[in-house]
Amino acid sequence: MDFLKDIWGFLNTRKKFWMLPIIFFLLVFGALVVLTGGTAIAPFIYAIF
Amino acid sequence: MSESILGISAFYHDSAAALIVDGEIVAAAHEERFSRKKHDSSFPRQAIAYVLEEAGLQLADIGVVAFYDKPYLKFERLLETYHSFAPRGLRSFLSAMPVWIKEKLFMRQMLKDEFKQLCGCCPKVIFPEHHLSHGASAFYPSPFTEAAILTLDGVGEWSTSTIGRGRENSIEVLRELDFPHSLGLLYSAFTHYCGFKVNSGEYKLMGLAPYGDKNSVQVKEWIELIFSDLIDLREDGSFLLNMDYFEFATGLTMCVDNAWHKLFGVPRRKAEDSLGQDHMNLALAIQEVTEEIVLRLARTARDLTQCDNLVMAGGVALNCVANGKLLRSGLFQDIWVQPASGDAGGALGAALAGWHIYLDNPKECSGQDAMKGALLGPEYDSRDILKLARRYQASSLKFSDFNELCGKVASLLAEGQVVGWFQGRMEYGPRALGNRSILGDARHPEMQKKLNLKIKYREGFRPFAPSVIEECISEFFELDRPSPYMLLVAPVREERRNTLPEGYHSLPLYERLYHPRSDVPAITHIDYSARIQSVSRNVHPKYWQLIDTFRQQTGYGLIVNTSFNVRGEPIVCTPEDAYRCFMATEMDYLVMGDFLFSKTEQPLYADRDYWQQTYELD
Repeated sequence: MDFLKDIWGFLNTRKKFWMLPIIFFLLVFGALVVLTGGTAIAPFIYAIF
Repeated sequence: MSESILGISAFYHDSAAALIVDGEIVAAAHEERFSRKKHDSSFPRQAIAYVLEEAGLQLADIGVVAFYDKPYLKFERLLETYHSFAPRGLRSFLSAMPVWIKEKLFMRQMLKDEFKQLCGCCPKVIFPEHHLSHGASAFYPSPFTEAAILTLDGVGEWSTSTIGRGRENSIEVLRELDFPHSLGLLYSAFTHYCGFKVNSGEYKLMGLAPYGDKNSVQVKEWIELIFSDLIDLREDGSFLLNMDYFEFATGLTMCVDNAWHKLFGVPRRKAEDSLGQDHMNLALAIQEVTEEIVLRLARTARDLTQCDNLVMAGGVALNCVANGKLLRSGLFQDIWVQPASGDAGGALGAALAGWHIYLDNPKECSGQDAMKGALLGPEYDSRDILKLARRYQASSLKFSDFNELCGKVASLLAEGQVVGWFQGRMEYGPRALGNRSILGDARHPEMQKKLNLKIKYREGFRPFAPSVIEECISEFFELDRPSPYMLLVAPVREERRNTLPEGYHSLPLYERLYHPRSDVPAITHIDYSARIQSVSRNVHPKYWQLIDTFRQQTGYGLIVNTSFNVRGEPIVCTPEDAYRCFMATEMDYLVMGDFLFSKTEQPLYADRDYWQQTYELD
C-alpha cells in the first residue's frame, strides 16, 4: 500500500502520468517473470514480438 | 529526551551511515570500512550499528531516517532517458530494469524491512534529493551563516550540478544542470579512456594531469577539441555534452571509444597498460577544462548569491587541484569543502537536511566547522590492541608517556622508516587524516617510490600528500589558510624548489618523477604542487604532537601522510585490519595507541600472499 500511495503521490506531484502504464507493464511483466521462474514467459514474448 | 536523526546512503555506491543527536554530528562511517569491500553499496548495517552504539542509542530511539536521494525521481530520469534515446540503450534498459522492478521501486519498503530485521521497528523515512543532501553536507557543517553552495557530481536524480544559497537553516537551489550534461561524468569518461576505473580512478587522473606538457601543441589542441566537439560551454558555466561521443546514458560504458579515437588520435588505454605522454596530456587537457568549468560555475554562484563564502560538495569537489585554483582566483573570501564529498557524504547531508529543513532546527555557528576534523568513526582502546596482539602473538612495546612515543616515532621517520599510525577515531570521507595513516619523511628522496611500490602496491606515478602543522603552512607552501581535509592544492614555496635540468619535460615519466624537485621531494608533485593537510593542535592534538616532535628533531614541521591501506583495500578500521596490512606490506613499524610494533620482531605472517590477493585492484 505504501508503494501505491508513494507512486501516486510522485506521479501526481510531477505530473508524469504517462509513466503509469510503463510502470504497470514493467511490474506485471516482472511479476510474471518472478512467478513463473522465467520459463513460462517465453510464449508471451513470442506472441508480442 | 534528545532528538536524533539517522542519515544513510546505500544501494548505488559507497554506503554509509551518519547520526545527528540534538544537532551535533555524533558519528559517521562508511560501510566499506566494516565489510572490507571497497565502495560497498549494500545496506549499511554495520555502519548503522556502529553510529548507534557510539551515541548509546537504539534504532527505536531514532526519530527520523533520511535516505540520501529520491528513488522515484531517479526512475523517472532513467525512463525519460531511455525513451529519448530509444532504440539505443535497449541492452542497458534490460539490465537496469530488473533491479528497479524487484527492489529500488520499493525502496521505502526495502528500508523498512532492513530496519525491522535490525531491531523489529521502523522509524519514519524521508527522502531528501541527492544534490540537496550534498548541499546540506556542505553548508550546515561549514563555519558560515550564509554561503553560496556549489554541488558537482556525476548525477543524482536529474541534477548533475547545482548552485544554491544557504542562509541560516535554509537552502535555496537557484540553478541546476540536468543529466546527461554532467561534469562528473565528463571527467569519468576521460578516466575510463585513460584506462582507470570509473568511480575510483578519477583521483588517479587528477594526479596524472601534471605529467602532461602544458606548453605542448597537443594539449592546447585537445583543449580546443574538447570545447569544440565534446562540450558546448556557456559563459555561466553551464554546458551541453555532445552525446554522439558518450555512451553512459544508454550503454554500459562511458564513451564511444571509436569516436574518441578518431577525435584525439590516440586509442583508449587498457587498464594496467604503461602510461604514455599522450594519456598524460589527455589528463591535463580535461583537468584544465574542468577547472575552467568550475571557475565559471563559481563565478555564477557569486553573481547570483552575492555571498563572500562558498561551500562545495559532490564527487567533483574532491578535485583539490580545481579547489586550489578556485581559492587563488579570489572569487570568494573563503571556501569550505565537505571532506566526505562523495556519495558516502550524502548520508551526513541527508541527516543534516532532515535536521535543519524537515525538523526546522536552527544552524548554529561557532566560527569553526562542525565536522570535528572528520574524525567521526570508531575508536579502539588498549584492550582491543592487546587482544589483537595476543591473537597474532605479536610483539609490541608499550609507551606510558606519549611524548616518549612521539620522540621514538619521529626519530624512526627521520631515519627513513615507514610507520603505520593508528590512533583515535577513524576518519569519515575518502582521506586518511592522521588516525588511519601511513607516515614517512617527506625529505627522503626515495620515499615516494618506497611508499608507492613496496607499501601501497600502487602506480608509481601517484603523488603523496603532506601533513603540516598549521603553524608551518606558509613556511612550505604558498597558502595563507588551513586546509584540514587535504582538499586544497597549493604550490611549494619557490625558495624550496630545485632547478630542473634542461629538457626535463621530455624525459621519460619515471626519470622526471624521481628527480628531486624540492627539499621535500616526497610530497612535491611534478608541477611543484602539493595536496595539503594542515594539522590543528586543537582538533588533532596527538597527530600535531607527533609532527611537532618531528619538527623539533629535524626542523621540518611536515611529514608524508597516506591512507592506511593497500591498493584496492578500504582504509583500515580495526586494530586487526591495521596489523594485517602492516604484516602484509613492507611497512617498518606500526603504532597503535601507545603500542609500537616493529616488523623485525613479529612472528612470520603466513597469510601475506593470500591477503594481497583479497583486494581487487582499483
